[in-house]
Amino acid sequence: MWHFVSPRIVFGESALSSLEEISMSRALVVTDQNLVQIGLVEQVLDQIKKAGCEVLVFDEVEPDPTLAAVELGKKAANDFQPDWIIGLGGGSPMDTSKAIWVLYERPDLIPAEINPFIHLGLREKSRLITIPTTSGTGADVTWAIVLTDSENNRKMGLGNRENAADIALVDPALASGMPPRLTADTGLDALTHAVEGFICTWHTDITDGLCLNAAREIFNYLPIAYEASQSDNPRQERYQQAREKMHNAATSAGLGFGNAMASLAHAMGHVLGSVFHIPHGRAVGLCLPYTIEFAARGDGTSRIATLARILDIRAPKNEIGEKFSSKLRDLASAVGNPLSLEELGLEKKDFEDQLDKLVDDAFNDTQIITSPRCPSFEELEKIFQYVYQGHPIDF
Amino acid sequence: MAYKFPSDEWIKALSELLNASDSYQRSAKDWEGDFIFIADPDDAYPETAYLHLQLYHGSSAGAAQVYPDDMPETEFIINAPYSTWRKVIDGKLDPIQGMMTGQLKLQGDLMKVMRYPKAAQEIVSCCAKIPTDWP
Repeated sequence: MWHFVSPRIVFGESALSSLEEISMSRALVVTDQNLVQIGLVEQVLDQIKKAGCEVLVFDEVEPDPTLAAVELGKKAANDFQPDWIIGLGGGSPMDTSKAIWVLYERPDLIPAEINPFIHLGLREKSRLITIPTTSGTGADVTWAIVLTDSENNRKMGLGNRENAADIALVDPALASGMPPRLTADTGLDALTHAVEGFICTWHTDITDGLCLNAAREIFNYLPIAYEASQSDNPRQERYQQAREKMHNAATSAGLGFGNAMASLAHAMGHVLGSVFHIPHGRAVGLCLPYTIEFAARGDGTSRIATLARILDIRAPKNEIGEKFSSKLRDLASAVGNPLSLEELGLEKKDFEDQLDKLVDDAFNDTQIITSPRCPSFEELEKIFQYVYQGHPIDF
Repeated sequence: MAYKFPSDEWIKALSELLNASDSYQRSAKDWEGDFIFIADPDDAYPETAYLHLQLYHGSSAGAAQVYPDDMPETEFIINAPYSTWRKVIDGKLDPIQGMMTGQLKLQGDLMKVMRYPKAAQEIVSCCAKIPTDWP
């Protein structure tokens, strides 16, 4: 027995305009200051105001959102009493909006208590809309909430099936202006969701197709979307098509892994993000070729082979991990991403000083238990060292 | 030699395997909290059985089958029908998925358990290593 959870998804060109059809009287928009500055928040507010709705913008979300930001947002919600909360942005604003929503509805809880095993009883006061402005996190359709415990430098994986959004508005125009680095990082994040959602031990028949198709689309369209991000003429049809394909693929991958699980690259990426503040997509995308090589040397080969076939990678079974990882590295290089922590500019001493913490915290990340091949402590330490050096996994 | 599940011998075998597991010791090095595992009766097994497992800082100080009139107080209790336990021990049901779908019912601080996923996985791995005789 398992569950598949999804918001109602409105997607494609002009999806944002469906906001005016939603009956709402007081909307709290949870976002960040950058999106206010570049005008995306204004576009959304224009649509909401057409519905004759009062709006409060909470724009104090920062990358790697903290418990403190959630607390501030909860206070804003309690003061404003919205009937809709709108998470607008990348993963940070959308995850923050989910946490604010839960705590607004359930003031008896603290964030650490938002877990999959309890009945929350949401939707008594308000409902949630998510609007992604990047093509990567899938947070628009997942129920996961990732917050940062800044006291312990640790990411907290929270969430409950009930806190998936009611509606996700997936409008490619909102992500079409992403700069090159953000395009690359978020695209590799989506790819890691698609790949890990497919190979993890919690994969399901319902999620497999979403993950496979998303992986294929990302391989085809991420390089073009990256090119678009550097172009003087980003409105060319092929660029717009690539942006839309990437936006849909990110949501598909979110539905896929969000209803299955991720895996070792996420466990490692989460700790690299919290300890060294590496952007999430860059961290998980960097780890992925190594974790695929590691899995392919264990029990993960058959699903990696299926994934490779979809991507037209032909190789004997004993070379499939290596070939697939090589294709992953080629894609990362094509979009200008580093292939090792050393190349990323991390000082060796800083890495070595934190290695024990990286290993311990990765082992306490929920994503590790769904790895097709679960490493021992010694193996995980070695994988981190190989990721630092850029050395393909050979054990 | 195979150990009957559920029994005093079976839970003691689990305690010994945990103490021999480096991986468990490291992943649960800060863990504090004993468990009672309750196997509820179903079509495959007609009685209720209670197994007590002591866990502290990466090792198990002891384990025993216990009975309602001398039940120790523990921080955690997990209930499931006998056949569900069999699925967990055979590796056919992930215990965390089991808890998320209500097939296993945990009483205690759920978030504390979720902070130690690798330790939970090691306990299940050790369960699978016990030669088990299913009534």
